[in-house]
Amino acid sequence: MKFSPLRRALVATASVAAVALTLAGCSGFGSTGGNSGAKVTITYLTGNDAADTAQGKALIAGFEKKYPNVHVKMDTQPTGTQGDNLMKTKLSTKTMDNVFHYNSGSLFQALNPKTSMVDLSGESWVSDLDKNFKQVVSVDGKIYGAPLGTGSAGGILYNKKIYQQLGLSIPTTWDEFIANSKKIQSSDPSVTPILQSFGDTWTSQLLVLGDFANINKQDPNWAKNYTNNTGGAKYVNQPAFEGFQHTAEIVADGLVNKDYASMTNAQAMDALATGKAAQYPMLTSAMATVQQDEPDKINDIGVFPIPSPDAKYTSLTLWEPNALYIASTTTGDKLQAAKNFVAFANSPQGCTIQNQTGAAAGPYATSACKLPSNAPDFIKDVQNYIKEDKASPALEFLSPIKGPNLETILIAVGSQSTTATVGAQQYDQDVKAQAQQLGIKGW
Amino acid sequence: MTTASVTIDPAAPTRTPRRSKSDRRGIRSPYPSWFYIPAGVLYLIFFAIPTFSSFYFALTRWTLFSQTFIGFGNFVQFFQTPALTQGFVNTFIYGFVTSAAKVVIGLALALLLTGATFGRGYLRAVVFFPVLVSTVGVGLTFKALLNPFHGVVNQVLGFFHLPQPGWYTDPHLALLTVAGVDIWKGVGIATLIFMAGIVAIPSEYFEAARVDGAGSWNVFRNITLPLARPAMATVIILSLIGRLRSFDLIWAMTNGGPGFSSDVIASVIYKQYQAGFFGLSTAGNVILFLVVTAIMLPVQWFLNRREAEL
Repeated sequence: MKFSPLRRALVATASVAAVALTLAGCSGFGSTGGNSGAKVTITYLTGNDAADTAQGKALIAGFEKKYPNVHVKMDTQPTGTQGDNLMKTKLSTKTMDNVFHYNSGSLFQALNPKTSMVDLSGESWVSDLDKNFKQVVSVDGKIYGAPLGTGSAGGILYNKKIYQQLGLSIPTTWDEFIANSKKIQSSDPSVTPILQSFGDTWTSQLLVLGDFANINKQDPNWAKNYTNNTGGAKYVNQPAFEGFQHTAEIVADGLVNKDYASMTNAQAMDALATGKAAQYPMLTSAMATVQQDEPDKINDIGVFPIPSPDAKYTSLTLWEPNALYIASTTTGDKLQAAKNFVAFANSPQGCTIQNQTGAAAGPYATSACKLPSNAPDFIKDVQNYIKEDKASPALEFLSPIKGPNLETILIAVGSQSTTATVGAQQYDQDVKAQAQQLGIKGW
Repeated sequence: MTTASVTIDPAAPTRTPRRSKSDRRGIRSPYPSWFYIPAGVLYLIFFAIPTFSSFYFALTRWTLFSQTFIGFGNFVQFFQTPALTQGFVNTFIYGFVTSAAKVVIGLALALLLTGATFGRGYLRAVVFFPVLVSTVGVGLTFKALLNPFHGVVNQVLGFFHLPQPGWYTDPHLALLTVAGVDIWKGVGIATLIFMAGIVAIPSEYFEAARVDGAGSWNVFRNITLPLARPAMATVIILSLIGRLRSFDLIWAMTNGGPGFSSDVIASVIYKQYQAGFFGLSTAGNVILFLVVTAIMLPVQWFLNRREAEL
């Protein structure tokens, strides 16, 4: 039997099409499952670090006990910029888990919540939420996220024992902070005055991001101007430039640890807790490491705001908690199960689990959860600054724009391969790229 | 299916003469031409369509959810990327350093391993082994070995009171460290190609040269080196193309850091992609494609011309 070339081509095309149709048919059968009464399986995505996975497992165990006919499968993925990218890819290819755990604020905004997530405004736990938190998980007045864990603060974590021994007082200006650091260095050269830990690249950003409460105190319209590209609210200009200057200054003055280029966040927290180092610009959420590794030393560490050049502006920068979201691909029984899971996390039982597993780093964003009575002392420091009205949210909760290269630029500044001015210029350029990508007016 | 066969069958006789015409032109193949279809479809879906659509997406601001046409805005923005110049310079340093080292070391090892060396088979396997290991695995292993404070290498150096450089944490050294690891990993394949080239040289040439009284150096200089030139061209082209686009080892070891000090074009593009700047990173890839082509065409032309002259 002989085939002509054209006929051969058609036969081949037809067989390819037949295979494709069969495959399509298979996947069609797969998605029609979940009759009511049968066991429903939903998936939950969280970070792959020890704290997130432990919390995820505990929440699932508690939830499955309460809802025996729902099974929750946990998936994990890396956090940081790699995780940001995975989130976007999974949401846009509609392969996201039913429930996922992610940042609130600008990173949440970058996920295009209106099309990719389920509107949760009508859920019962919404009435318990703190009003600041509602803002950072909302788009056009609709709420898409429920808090998981506590908020935290970004400031200078310090070893109280070293401060006591040397008779130092908590600095309220940047110059006092540098003077303290020099005193620490001269009294015992083996103690690192200020830790930097570029082994975990994100940690390089603290002196800039954690300075935002000070900027906000000086110019309450800064965030708005920054978002709208008006009024010279740029990092090359003061007051925002001071964060870049500070990052360069502590290295130029020789006040940081020698192994700053390779030290990791966990190693730095360990050095701080054991008194090998005195001060560390960091988020209070990193205290989870100390709680895990050296629980008896947790009350040796306190926190104060990153000092502004002028004492009257010095205030503490606050981070809102991360949140749970439901992907818009979730429907039917799975959607109900997913909503129950989110509600469970914010129920009294869920709060107990949160207190037991996730180390508290600041206040809760929902009145449904209360801090345990034995909460470590540094949380009281944070609460005092909030009470005295010397605290305000970080820029990422007031503006949707955060340039993706900030950590890299600050490592270049903090290891003296770029000057503070050039770094600030590069970051302004980076911010512009992000604003254009988000389609914000005025850029 | 049936309708197709009914309508097509009458056409069959009219097609046959054309086929015999092509036979006369000498392009007869032992396989029917529809054997090309599976490969052709795969090529179309996974190569041709993405490549050509990338030229379009490079001109848009693309969020995966939606795209806006912005003309050459992405290209303008790409050239304003922080430390892009350094990325280009690093790409060339990385490409040329690793290629040159692979030629020199690969040729030396090939000479050693084609000669009568003790344990030749074992040594050949050892030299080739790193090629088989996953690049990311190699990167992470060397990162641990070269850790400036806890790594084995610096602890040994410290034991002998030698300086302990910050291999991948010192901005001046990071790129060269990665290049060194790349050479370690890639020299096996260069050695293999050189060995094939040397073994293919007819032994009569060597015998004749020895009879004429040529020493080892003269044999190498006047016989092995010129006749192994095709192998050298292959090594240079493969290594240079690979390194100009390379990314995996750099990403595993330094993420382009510290700061931007070991960034190459490919890692700059990856970071933009990671940040969700899909249009911008596509524009970067178009530029990378043009740059690699602009470098490789003359290099290939030059190497092949020299080969033809021999």
